[in-house]
Amino acid sequence: MADSAEINASRGDTVLQIQGLQAFYGESHILHGVGLDVCEGEVVTLLGRNGAGKTTTLKSIIGMVSQREGSIRYRGQETIGLKSNRIARIGIALCPEERGIFSSLTVEENLYLPPVIAEGGLSIAELYQLFPNLEERRHTRQGTRLSGGEQQMLAIARILRTGARLLLLDEPTEGLAPVIVQQIGRVIETLKARGFTILLVEQNFHFASALADRNYVMEDGKIVAVVQRNELREKEALLQEYLGV
Amino acid sequence: MTTIFDLPVSYFGLQFLIGLQNGAFYALLSLGLAVIFGMLNVINFAHGAQYMMGAFLAWLLLDIAGISYWWALLLVPLIMGLLGVVIERAFLRWLYDLDHLYGLLLTFGLVLIIEGLFVSVFGSSGLPYEKPQALAGAQRIPLAMITGNERDMMMIPLYRLWIVAVSIVCCFGTWYAIERTRLGSYLRAATENPALVRSFGINVSVLITLTYGFGVALAGFAGVLAAGVQALTPHMGSNLIIVVFAVVVIGGMGSILGSIITSFGLGIVEALARIAYPEASGVVVFAIMIVVLLMRPAGLFGREN
Ligand SMILES: Nc1ncnc2c1ncn2[C@@H]1O[C@H](COP(=O)(O)OP(=O)(O)O)[C@@H](O)[C@H]1O
Ligand SMILES: [Mg+2]
Repeated sequence: MADSAEINASRGDTVLQIQGLQAFYGESHILHGVGLDVCEGEVVTLLGRNGAGKTTTLKSIIGMVSQREGSIRYRGQETIGLKSNRIARIGIALCPEERGIFSSLTVEENLYLPPVIAEGGLSIAELYQLFPNLEERRHTRQGTRLSGGEQQMLAIARILRTGARLLLLDEPTEGLAPVIVQQIGRVIETLKARGFTILLVEQNFHFASALADRNYVMEDGKIVAVVQRNELREKEALLQEYLGV
Repeated sequence: MTTIFDLPVSYFGLQFLIGLQNGAFYALLSLGLAVIFGMLNVINFAHGAQYMMGAFLAWLLLDIAGISYWWALLLVPLIMGLLGVVIERAFLRWLYDLDHLYGLLLTFGLVLIIEGLFVSVFGSSGLPYEKPQALAGAQRIPLAMITGNERDMMMIPLYRLWIVAVSIVCCFGTWYAIERTRLGSYLRAATENPALVRSFGINVSVLITLTYGFGVALAGFAGVLAAGVQALTPHMGSNLIIVVFAVVVIGGMGSILGSIITSFGLGIVEALARIAYPEASGVVVFAIMIVVLLMRPAGLFGREN
């Protein structure tokens, strides 16, 4: 595994540094010493089979898994002991795997729900430019009336307003039609160009590796491989073995 | 004088107004119960006792400090709201991860303590509270427009009219705050998925505390209103809250507007029952509850599952 000091020398500052992360749901021990780094402006993916612990890793970062140990630093600040509402306020936002659109809120209320925590978020006009469907459907009374693709757009859009700079995206393409997957890919490229730092969980390896600066592979709650962008070809066989693609 | 079934028309008018007035109390109390249940997952059995405390607090303010009814309308909800905040922080917050039953048992325990305390201090015979002069009178309304008879008149007690009007304003205000404001969208979202709302940087535990405080304040406010129409006894809340629970079951937990409509509707149904067959008026709500439970277990306005 690449030494984090070495990574830092070649890229921007480390935004997220995870070391020895353990996570538990009650009695079940899910993460066994996860370590990874994400640097400023990078798109980093977390790949792995179902049940490997990817979602649990993202939830641990944002503080939604309360039983966690080890170290999670955001721009040098230790967050392992913070509540999730505090972690959000320092600039991290999660787009959850199940999308988490609220049925008792209109589309527009869903969009405005996460409070702005810092400057530098996208304006509503920019969001509607990025996701034209949402503007058309903004008065829909129940957010959950949207199609799956539109709900995914909404789930991404609402965390771009807040000024959070580290985005945790949990399988944003899951179950969506190819055109929408492409659209989401373009959105992620746009966000990267705008300087957002992104930790992307994916099962769709081809989608993910095209966007990523670096890929971590997870298995049974541990990181088992790191593949840099320029190593994709030489490590393809290894990746196929891990991911079963 | 025009009569229907040998009863003067004005009798029907008055029964109808009393029905609306009961509905007004059902609405204020069921609203608080529903909002608390939505956010806390706790069935607040102490709601009736908190309503009773509101009434006694108004009485104490007037009797001891000479503080008027109008100030009591403001101060009692504030004091009760603060008490709610303390109860939530000290007791309820430890129960959220457990079954509803534990919240019910804890608040039921609170009822026994509070009512016992009030009985030993104030006794069980009713205390009178003097309503303010401005609301003491009655308004004479000619009914000629309805009956065509110049001699048909109805005396409408101002205080009953006041209760209905204030309750409607409060209910509408609560509906507006929850359904149409930013803070309300936080509350609705936190009711659906508190963990996710927290992950957006919203302090959900403060929202929960404030919600309970608000619900208790609403109960206290209803208590002040009640002080003007009935003698105060430590059990006045328990008697009422049983009916209010039935109202909540009938209306369902899903919708605020639904519980307001159900409350006033059932108040009127009770009044009609009182006219038709007075003995039935006490049980008609429960009869409706049984029918609704059989036909639509989630309640008239509740969301299935
Ligand atoms: N709330 C939970 N309680 C108990 N076990 C859970 C919970 N959520 C996930 N798990 C378990 O944790 C493991 C990792 O799950 P997850 O992080 O969702 O994997 P992935 O996102 O990689 O598919 C799985 O074995 C899953 O069954
Ligand atoms: Mg997952």
